Amino acid sequence: MSDAVPVLECRDLCISYFTRAGEIPAVVDFNLKLMPGEAHGLVGESGCGKSTVALAIMQYLGKNGAIVSGEVLFNGKNLLEMSEPELRHLRGSQIAMIYQEPMASLNPAMRIGDQLSEVPIFHDNASKSDAWALSLQLLEKVHLPDPSRIMNSYPHQISGGQQQRVVIAMALLSNPKLLLLDEPTTALDVTVEAGIISLIKEISREFGTSMIYISHNLGLILETCSRLTVMYSGEAVENGSIRDVFETMQHPYTRGLFSSIPLPTADKYSRPLTSIKGQLPLPHERPSGCNFGPRCDHFKQGLCDQPPLKMLSVPGNGQHTTRCIRYREIDWAPVASDVVAREETESGNVVLKIEDMTKHYTIERSGIAVFGGKAKTVKANEKLNFVAHEAETIAIVGESGCGKSTFAKVLMGLEEATSGKVMLDNIELGDLAVDKRDEATISRLQMVFQNPFDTLNPSHTIGGQIGRVIRKFGVASERKAVDDIVFRLLDTVKLPRDFAKRRPRQLSGGQKQRVGIARAFAGNPDVVVADEPVSALDVSVQAAVTELLMDIQRENRTTMLFISHDLSVVRYLADRVVVMYLGQIMEQGTTQEIFSPPYHPYTEALLAAVPIADTSIQKRHVVLKGEIPSASNPPKGCPFSTRCNYAIKGKCSVEQPPIRDLADGHQILCHLDEQQLMEMEPVFQTKRLDAAE
Amino acid sequence: MALAEIHAPSILDRLYSPRIIVLLLVIMWMPLMLYVMGADLLGDAHQFILLPAIPATFILYALGIYAFRESWIAILGLSLVFFWLAAAVSVPYLPLIDPNKPIAPFTTPFSEKKDIFFLLGTDFKGRDMFSRTLWGGQRVIVWGVTATLIAYVIGSVFGLIAGYLSGWWDEVISFIANIFLSFPVMVLFIVILNYLGPSGFNIVVAVTFASAPAIMRIVRGLTMDIKSRDYVYAAQTRGEHPLYIMIVELLPNVRGPIIVDACLRLGYTTVAITTLTFLGLGLQPPDPDWGLMIRESAKTAMIWKFSYMLLIPALSVSSLILGFNMLADGLREMSLRD
Repeated sequence: MSDAVPVLECRDLCISYFTRAGEIPAVVDFNLKLMPGEAHGLVGESGCGKSTVALAIMQYLGKNGAIVSGEVLFNGKNLLEMSEPELRHLRGSQIAMIYQEPMASLNPAMRIGDQLSEVPIFHDNASKSDAWALSLQLLEKVHLPDPSRIMNSYPHQISGGQQQRVVIAMALLSNPKLLLLDEPTTALDVTVEAGIISLIKEISREFGTSMIYISHNLGLILETCSRLTVMYSGEAVENGSIRDVFETMQHPYTRGLFSSIPLPTADKYSRPLTSIKGQLPLPHERPSGCNFGPRCDHFKQGLCDQPPLKMLSVPGNGQHTTRCIRYREIDWAPVASDVVAREETESGNVVLKIEDMTKHYTIERSGIAVFGGKAKTVKANEKLNFVAHEAETIAIVGESGCGKSTFAKVLMGLEEATSGKVMLDNIELGDLAVDKRDEATISRLQMVFQNPFDTLNPSHTIGGQIGRVIRKFGVASERKAVDDIVFRLLDTVKLPRDFAKRRPRQLSGGQKQRVGIARAFAGNPDVVVADEPVSALDVSVQAAVTELLMDIQRENRTTMLFISHDLSVVRYLADRVVVMYLGQIMEQGTTQEIFSPPYHPYTEALLAAVPIADTSIQKRHVVLKGEIPSASNPPKGCPFSTRCNYAIKGKCSVEQPPIRDLADGHQILCHLDEQQLMEMEPVFQTKRLDAAE
Repeated sequence: MALAEIHAPSILDRLYSPRIIVLLLVIMWMPLMLYVMGADLLGDAHQFILLPAIPATFILYALGIYAFRESWIAILGLSLVFFWLAAAVSVPYLPLIDPNKPIAPFTTPFSEKKDIFFLLGTDFKGRDMFSRTLWGGQRVIVWGVTATLIAYVIGSVFGLIAGYLSGWWDEVISFIANIFLSFPVMVLFIVILNYLGPSGFNIVVAVTFASAPAIMRIVRGLTMDIKSRDYVYAAQTRGEHPLYIMIVELLPNVRGPIIVDACLRLGYTTVAITTLTFLGLGLQPPDPDWGLMIRESAKTAMIWKFSYMLLIPALSVSSLILGFNMLADGLREMSLRD
C-alpha cells in the first residue's frame, strides 16, 4: 500500500476567509492522506472547519475564501494549479460531493431522470438514451423502490430518504474516485439514516470509492470509516485509525468529546456525563498556542500557550498523530475521581395521567363542496395511555411524524384532544385550551423548546423575558423581588447575572437553551415538557445542558416529559420510555425493559439504528425497509406492518394488534405472542476487547 | 475597523441610543408638523417654533452618518434626505427673498436683474426660484411622512390581526385589502380627493387607503412566518392574551423589514403627492410647492430657454426620492450584515 499514490493528499493546508473584519483563518495546518478505497472521517463541532476543508478540496470556497498556503493533491496532481475548465471537468466526474440537505441538492423544476442523465451527457458525452438507462441502473443500485417511476417524478414527490438516495446515485453516476459526504444523514430520521449508512458502506465496498465522511456524530464515523481526523477550532487535533482514536485517544479534546456523549456505559446516577467547560473560541479570538488550552484541564502555562503547535506522532504504528504537546504526561485512563455519583431519586405520586387520549385533525379538501371535496382525517394521536409520577422522567421517543409534538401541544393546551382524558392530578385538561385554564394550572405545566435560536424573543432582554413569566404566574410582582428571582434563576442555570441585561443575539446556542430552561422553571412548574431540548446543540454543549436540566428537575422534584428521537440520550436520562410510531404507542416500560429484550420490532430497529461511538459494543444489524407512511393515510391494522421484519402475512396489515402486558407496566403493541417476543436477541452486546479484530 | 472606532467622536457614541434618537426625532418633527399644519393655532409662536428643530436636525444627521459609517449608499441617501429636511426646518430664518413676491419675470439662472442676483433665476411671475425651491419641500415632506406613518399604523394593525388570528379575520381583512389593491393607485387617489376635496388632510386619507392594504400584506406575511417560532409558543403556553402576543412578541420582530419598506414607500408617497398637486388635487396655491411649481411652469417651460422652471423642482423631487430609496438600500444592506 505504501507506494500507491494517495487519491487525495492535503499538505499543510491553510484556508482563510476575508471579511470586513480582516482575514479570518478558518483552517490551519491541515494534513490528510487518503488511500484508494479508504474512508476517512472528519469529526468536529460546528465551526471547527470541517466543511471548509471539503469545500477547499472541491475548490469551491466562494469569493471571500482562499487557500493561503499548502497544497491539495488529487491523484498526485495539484488542484491549486488547475484552470477553471479543468476543475469543472474534475468536479462531478472524479470528485463528487453529497450535502446535508437533499432537497437543496436537487433542482425542484426538473424530473429526477433528466437531472441524473445530465451527468453522463455532460461528462462522458453519452447519448440521451444511454444516459437514461445508466441512471435507471444506478437508482436500482441505491435500492430505490420502483426506479422507473422515480425517474419520472419531481424531487418534491419523493421522501427525504429517497431524495438522499437519488443524490448518492447522482454522485456515483460518473464513477468518481473520491466522494465527499458532508453530514449526509443529519436531516434524516434514524431508521432512514441507518439505511443510507448501510448503502454508503456497500458502495465503498462495491465501487472502491475513496470517501471523506464529515460528521459531528462519532458513532456514524465508527460505522463508516477506517481512519478519522478530529478537528477543533480550525485545526486537526488528532488523527489516526478508528481503533487508535477511539480506544487510546491522545488529545484532551477527543477525550472530552467522548465523555460528553451518552455511551451505553454512562449512567445518570453512577457515571454522569462530563461536559467540556467553556465554549468554542470565535475564529478571530483564538488563544495563542493550543486552541483548546483555555478549556483544557491539563493546560500548563508557558508550555501550552506557546505557538507553534505541530502535530506530534504517537509511538506505535506511526499513523497516529496528536496536536497535544503534553500527551506523554497526561494519564489517559478514565478519571474516576472527577465523577461525582448521585443518589437515585425516588418517584412519588401520579401527577399526570393520560387515558385513551386521541387527537385527530380534519383537513378539508378544497373549499368548494360542490366538487365533492371530502374531509380527510389525520390521526395524529390514537388512544395514548400512560402515567407520569412526581420527579420522574418519561421519555417519549419516535421519529418525525409519530405524533409526539402533537401530544405536547394537547398537553400544553395549544390544541384540544378529540377524545380521551389528560388528567393533571384531578384537573381534566384534554378539552381545556390554554385560554380557558386558570393561571395556577398553566403555571404547573411548562415547556422547554427545541430550537435555541427560536426559543427567545430577539427583541427583548433575557431578564425581561424571564421576569415576565415570574410576574405572569404571580411568583412575585415587585420589581426588586422579580429581579432577585431572575438572578437566582440565572445562577441555577450557571449563567452570569449580567446576562439579564443582554439580548438573545449576544448569546450562544447553549446559553440560549439555558435561558429557555430558566424560563420554563421560573413559575415553579410540576410538569416540564422538554421537546428535543438538546438536539440542535453541539455535542460538548449537549452534555452540559442535559445535566443542568436533570439537576434542576431533581432539586424541584419536577416531572419531566422528555421528547426525543435520540435513544442514547433517552437511555441515559429517562426512568420510563414511551415509544411512539404513527400516533400510537408501540411499547412502554422502564428504560431497562425497553433497552433489553423482549422488544417491539420497531423498538428493535430503532435501537439498532442508533450509531454508538464505542468500539467495545457490538450491534446487531437491523435495517428497516421503506419509509414512514404518511399520517393522513396510515396502514390498516398495525401502523408498523408496512416496514416490520416480523410482519405476519394477512394478519398484521389487517387487524389492529393487541396490547401485551409483559411485566408490571411493560406493554408491547404487537401481534407476535409473548414467546416470540421473548426469543428476540439483544441488539447490543459487549464485545470482549481481545476478540476485536 | 479598529481605526474607525478610535477616531469616532465619543460624544456621538454616548448620544447613540434609541431613547435619545427618538427624543431628537420628536424635537425635529413636532415643530415642523405644527408649523405646516397648524399655523393658525400657533399665533405669534409661529415664527419661533422651528428654532429648536434646527439643532436637532443637525445632531440627527451626525448620528445617522455615525450609524451608517460603513455603507456609503446609506450615507448618500441620508445626506440627500437631510439636505431637504434641514432646508424645511431652517428656511424661515434664512435671508431669502419672499418666495411669493413677483420681482423680475423670466430671469435666467446666474443672472442679475433689478440689482438682485438670482442664483436659480425667477419664474414667469418673477418669483425667486431659489427661495421657492427651498420652501417647496416643506409641505411635501410633512404631509408625505405623516401620511406614510398613518398608513403604516393602520396597515400594521390589520396585518398583525390577519396574520396572527388568521381564519375569518384573515379572510375578511385580506378580501377588503384586495378590493383596494385592485384599483389603479392614481384612480383611487383621484376618486378620493375629488370626493373629499383637495387638502393636506385628505391627502393623508387617500394615501392611507392606497398604501395600507399593501403594508397590511407585508406585515401579515411576516407575522405568519414569525408566529410559528418557539417564543410565540412559549407566550401562548403561559396563557398570554393575543393582544399581548401581537404587540410585545410579534411587532418588535417585524420592525426590520418594515422600516426598509417604509423608506421606499416614503418615496412613492412623495411622488404621489407631487403628482396630485400637479393635477390640482393636492396642495393649493399660492404657497410654494414643487408640484405646484411644475404645474404652473409646465407651459412656459416648453421653451427650451425657460425649461429650468420645470427642471429645478423636478430634480428636487427626484433627489428627495432618490435619498429615500438609497436610505432603504443602505438599511437593507446593513441588516443583512449582522
